[in-house]
Amino acid sequence: MEPDIHKFPYYPGCTLKTTARNFEVSALACAKKLGIELVELPRWNCCGTVFSLTDDDLIHHVAAVRNLIRVQEMNRDGMVEENRLVTLCSMCFNTLKRVNLLVKENPENLEKINNFMYLEDDYEGNVEVIHFLELLRELDPGAISQRVERPLTGLRVAPYYGCLMLRPREVGIDDPEEPTIQGAILAAVGAEVIYNSYMKVCCGSYQTVNDKSAVARLVYDILSHAQADGAQAIVTSCPLCAYNLDSRQKEVREIYPDFEQIPVFYFTQLMAVAFGFGADLCGFDPNQLVPEHLLK
Amino acid sequence: MANRLMISTGNEEFLERISEMSGQIITLCEQCGVCSGSCPMVSEMDITPSQMMRMVQLGQSEVLRAKTIWLCASCFTCTVRCPRGLDLSKVAEALRQVILRQAVDHIDIKALPRDELVELPQIALVAGMRKFTG
Repeated sequence: MEPDIHKFPYYPGCTLKTTARNFEVSALACAKKLGIELVELPRWNCCGTVFSLTDDDLIHHVAAVRNLIRVQEMNRDGMVEENRLVTLCSMCFNTLKRVNLLVKENPENLEKINNFMYLEDDYEGNVEVIHFLELLRELDPGAISQRVERPLTGLRVAPYYGCLMLRPREVGIDDPEEPTIQGAILAAVGAEVIYNSYMKVCCGSYQTVNDKSAVARLVYDILSHAQADGAQAIVTSCPLCAYNLDSRQKEVREIYPDFEQIPVFYFTQLMAVAFGFGADLCGFDPNQLVPEHLLK
Repeated sequence: MANRLMISTGNEEFLERISEMSGQIITLCEQCGVCSGSCPMVSEMDITPSQMMRMVQLGQSEVLRAKTIWLCASCFTCTVRCPRGLDLSKVAEALRQVILRQAVDHIDIKALPRDELVELPQIALVAGMRKFTG
């Protein structure tokens, strides 16, 4: 039986349309299977990518607020009846949620930002920013496992959380030291979940632009610990973590010649495999390393 | 970078400015070192995060020359662990901003190899520019 569809406003962000296209494709398909329609914000713009951390810098919060105004417009125009804005990218999630909290707690700052964009509707502070993983956590127990057609039995997967869906505490969606939210989904699709303490250690983030070798050393620590614990694959929900953990394996091998490659997926790609979707909806990159038994 | 701690007189202004920009009561830091023990980048740094805090407390603006302030990747591990509730990522950002607001960039995007620019996800480039350029 197909579930009733509930529509949510959805913010993709820049990278979901390019290097992380496979994340979006697999996520939208999995959401639909679970009765969730992610409706893309009209005229969305870059969220700013990182939350400005200095107290005297308001201008960099404008981009995020503008997107929150679009959510209000979608509700006003009847496109959705839902104030919760769903994100997939952990960086977008963190930036949008932090800006939202900041302007809700500081009416004076919100007024300045609203005045700055005075021809836009005022942002009224009634949007809530959530991560897609939170929606999945809210589903009835068994909602995911009931729809599994090809359980990932025997596949040992380490969930990697990184930073921005966990920290800082006021925006984190799970315990910052012992997160389980991705692991629960992997377990629901039949995989064996490999927990290890490196699942929340920073991958080096944007330092990848400036200092590849520092990032490669961090990536080595993260991946080699997961491998030592028996992981055959890693999953994540951040396109920048995915890039560093996957593409920087080349640099890792230059520093540590004994390092063996390990595939990195978005959690939605493994859900898509388990739901029995075709290769197009699983979004496997032609160059991506995929374990043989996943393709069977 | 000198390892000796010197109290600089007349540099209260530096501490005040960084405290204002970061919104942190930097004098609350009691040098317990949890931040330095938690920092994933610490092995790449010239001074530890706790040394960075101490130098700001003492008004030592030489901290602006430390590699450390640029190596902080805003991962917020120290932020969730600091027993004094301090957000060191905000202090590091304030220190970077002091430099960047003089219109002095930390990286030259034009100098990045073309194949890297093509391959890097936008969030890496935009975040890098937000953190390393003014």
